[in-house]
Amino acid sequence: MTTARTWRWREPSILPGFGLSLGLTLAWLAAIVLIPLTALVLRPWELGVAGVWHTLTEPRVLASLRLSFGASALAALVNAPLGLLVAWVLVRYRFPGRRLLDACIDLPFALPTAVAGIALTAIYAPTGPLGGLFAKVGIKTAYSPIGVFIALLFIGLPFVVRSVQPVLQDLDREVEEAAETLGATNYQRVMQVVLPALMPALLTGSGLAFARAVGEYGSVIFIAGNMPMVSEIAPLLIVIKLEQYDYAGAAAVGLAMLGISFGALLIVNVVQSAIARRGAA
Amino acid sequence: MTVDFNSPSRRSVLGVGGAVLAAPFIVTGTARAAPKSLTLLNVSYDPTRELYKDINAAYSDYWKGKTGQTLNINQSHGGSGKQARAVIDGLPADVVTLALAYDIDEIAQRARLLPANWQSRLPNNSSPYTSTIVFLTRKGNPWKIRDWGDLIKPGIGVITPNPKTSGGARWNYLAAWAWAQKKGGSPAAAKDYVAKLFKHVPVLDTGARGATTTFAQRGIGDVLLAWENEAFLAIEEFGPKFDIVYPSLSILAEPPVALLDKNVDRHNSRDAARGYLNFLFSPLAQDLIGKNHYRPRNAAAVAKWSKQFKDIPLVTVDGAFGGWQKAQKTHFADGGLFDAIYKP
Repeated sequence: MTTARTWRWREPSILPGFGLSLGLTLAWLAAIVLIPLTALVLRPWELGVAGVWHTLTEPRVLASLRLSFGASALAALVNAPLGLLVAWVLVRYRFPGRRLLDACIDLPFALPTAVAGIALTAIYAPTGPLGGLFAKVGIKTAYSPIGVFIALLFIGLPFVVRSVQPVLQDLDREVEEAAETLGATNYQRVMQVVLPALMPALLTGSGLAFARAVGEYGSVIFIAGNMPMVSEIAPLLIVIKLEQYDYAGAAAVGLAMLGISFGALLIVNVVQSAIARRGAA
Repeated sequence: MTVDFNSPSRRSVLGVGGAVLAAPFIVTGTARAAPKSLTLLNVSYDPTRELYKDINAAYSDYWKGKTGQTLNINQSHGGSGKQARAVIDGLPADVVTLALAYDIDEIAQRARLLPANWQSRLPNNSSPYTSTIVFLTRKGNPWKIRDWGDLIKPGIGVITPNPKTSGGARWNYLAAWAWAQKKGGSPAAAKDYVAKLFKHVPVLDTGARGATTTFAQRGIGDVLLAWENEAFLAIEEFGPKFDIVYPSLSILAEPPVALLDKNVDRHNSRDAARGYLNFLFSPLAQDLIGKNHYRPRNAAAVAKWSKQFKDIPLVTVDGAFGGWQKAQKTHFADGGLFDAIYKP
């Protein structure tokens, strides 16, 4: 290790093996993520730029993209405060059944999505217990965009809870107590002490929930009704295109989803690091 | 942490790993030396699970008696288009038994696993049985649904899968179109009717089984457009909660079967696979076909089983729509007539 370096690595660890581990990381990422994604990025262009544009501006494709990203964003926005609340209750209070409840949070992770979709549909269909109640007041839950939203709420919740929970657990109670002795009201303590510390984790969790929701297929197709222009999600449209042997068209929609998701996650990351920097300053 | 590389547990793990790695080679080795057993893969569409379970058992017995070879026949089921795509993408099927000829044409065209004239290699356009599209209503037919025209009455909910993803749904759509064209006398009338019909569809499932579940288990809709065999099966499965209604006109569905030449040559399974497809036309298999509510070809099986089916006029895809290639292009391709129904 005496070779002169023209540029310097940040010295990562006193343990040896940096070159080996970086090599393995890159090879692994390339095999699992980069090569498949490159194939996806390259595939649509056999249609030509105009062909890709034509595919993506079809009303049906636009409607499905709007639904997928709209419902995912809405579900992430609703899951953020509710997930925070769940994490708060699980961390800050002791009550019988807490551990059981805590374990339940992970169920949406573990359940095959098709099972989740069938269960949700059975409950929210007009003939189901909850769907029947909604139907009485004239709201159609399953087989409508609301059904899509419900499924995405379900699969997104654990991402928010599990991102916030460990941070909340490690949050120093003394800081809050100090704020209190300095005369901060309850409201001020939450808004100026607790929330800023949780914000990066909350953003990460919501971002993950959003990304997961955009790509969700299994649970949504059971509850959505899958009507073109109304409740047809973009991943379903990709499957439909594949089944018509329109590989390039399917890849074009996939590429658009990849681009929008990447953009959204990038924004979340930028905002998050800005908040983290402000917190550190 | 220290690891003792000579501990017995460590060694046994390595031993098992080695055995697992070696296993495929051992199997190949014995298969080459003496083909005592052979595996066939039949890639089929959604509602044929029960049918091929019966047929595979019968054919394995027959083949064992004839050659002494043990035959394992594996089945794969799913939407017809999805299954064809899986084969094109490399699923090593020996034979395909799909919902419509168009999907096998695509395999011939895109993957060149079989010659373009595949359909003339077996009797009856390579279709060992036929079927048709019927209505399944709730018990007692409370809405008095008798024919296609009744489906677009106010308040009726119609369940059919999406023709874009389901072979059965394409037959549904074409049957509806054929009736309306005959009744209205023009393609414009048919287009108008089919557009109205799909306005009555509250859920578009991706496959025939999904649509049956929506109708039978979720209790959505008043009438299910279904494969005839699927309608019978629904009554067997869910009890007498439904009535089968035959419309005044429907479509003759001829689900075809084909041997994938390139795949069977690679697997050395040509004789067994060809025998399997020929077996489908034998009296024994034809009897099983009738038992599973498909319409058999063989005269004896027809005599035995046709009492369960109602004799109604059936149009063919070739006669009424100029063949599958044309029907697919006109109706189901992107920008086709089906898409136009949902244009805002």
